Amino acid sequence: MTTLEKTVPVSAIRNGTVIDHIPAGKALKIVKLLDLSTDKLQVTLGLNLPSSRMGLKDLVKVEAFALTPETASRVSILAPQATVSIIKNYEIEDKFHVSLPKSIEGVIACPNRLCISNHETVDPVILVKQRWKGNIRLQCHYCRKNFSQQDL
Amino acid sequence: MSYKKRDIIHIADFSKDEILHLLDTADKLKRTPQPDRLKGKVLGSCFYEPSTRTRLSFESAMHRLGGAVIGFDDADNTSSRKGESFSDSMRMIESYADIAVVRHPLEGSAQLAADSIEIPVINAGDGSNQHPTQTFLDLFTIRETQGRLDHLSIALAGDLKHGRTVHSLAEALIPFDCRLYFVAPESLEMPKPICDQLKESRVKFSFHRSLEEVMPKIDILYMTRIQEERFQDRKEFIHVKESLRVNVELLEQGQQHLKVLHPLPRVHEIDKKVDQTPQAYYFEQAKNGLYTRQALLALILQGEI
Repeated sequence: MTTLEKTVPVSAIRNGTVIDHIPAGKALKIVKLLDLSTDKLQVTLGLNLPSSRMGLKDLVKVEAFALTPETASRVSILAPQATVSIIKNYEIEDKFHVSLPKSIEGVIACPNRLCISNHETVDPVILVKQRWKGNIRLQCHYCRKNFSQQDL
Repeated sequence: MSYKKRDIIHIADFSKDEILHLLDTADKLKRTPQPDRLKGKVLGSCFYEPSTRTRLSFESAMHRLGGAVIGFDDADNTSSRKGESFSDSMRMIESYADIAVVRHPLEGSAQLAADSIEIPVINAGDGSNQHPTQTFLDLFTIRETQGRLDHLSIALAGDLKHGRTVHSLAEALIPFDCRLYFVAPESLEMPKPICDQLKESRVKFSFHRSLEEVMPKIDILYMTRIQEERFQDRKEFIHVKESLRVNVELLEQGQQHLKVLHPLPRVHEIDKKVDQTPQAYYFEQAKNGLYTRQALLALILQGEI
């Protein structure tokens, strides 16, 4: 029997990147995080798609765009279980899991409004401290406040 | 273990041995003043918001070690009023001083200062976040009054929700295996993340609403100020103010060696008559800020003394 996951109603792409297994509700944040909407890229979103592993998931497909593992690690904050497939001529050329970096600079603002990184012209630096069961404990390098990816 | 050229940002950066080494150095300086130790060195005292005790004790500490002090105590007197960034202001200080002490209303400011300049930075309070030198002087005073830091029973009382001194002190006491009593109204209890951290570190603690409940058990009563503006209901404020008030009668319920500490300024929470009792130690505690800050300045600038 064909699973729903294998027949997701999102059209195939010829060349580009598919980011799969994104927690439901995070796809738009990932588009923003990777700045995909401002680069005149052709982006297809799948929201709240059925998934046997996750219940519901989001999916992002980007035509004519190859995501590097380094850039993909930024996604890991929002989607620690995401997989990235690089597509060439409708076939998967490369596939990898996103990996958590030790720190993320200049991408995510510290959620603490009183943190100096939100008031001075300085790149926010978020340290990845711990991960368990899909959750990640993050810490701002400046104010050292701890938070999770749900706070972003 | 070395303090040389080290930034002092957060109390959690220091091991038990490092804390004890600093306290031993402060003890040495309290017993034997060293008026020429930092001759020729300059402290940049950068206070972006008002402070009396911390600023004056840092400046006095530097003077009493033979060093000089430059700086400001009001952000309005700096180029930040003209729009200069905090990092740029710090770079200017770096050209004139050997070490910088920074107080700033925003959290994480000391870390940004340390990242921006090569000279060592001491955090003298970044918003309601950290104030590590206050914690060093608290630990010094506790050890001075009890002869040790290990296995003590310590009550932290007052506004445990907003008070950064009690947060840092609770965290700093983790390696010393103390029994902690948190005495506060429900609305001003110790924040959950700190309680979780203590639990993870197997520190024993309990919550209480009145001082009477804990008085016979404790070696140290660490009081903090309760501010009226934290309460929406004035009646509740008056009730809390009365239930968390130290007076001579209350002290009679405590052990003989009990000492009362307070980061100051105190308002209503300690009756003036307590000042005359042998338990009152808060003014000596403030004075100890001088020796712990001297110890930090000397160790950071010279490595060892």
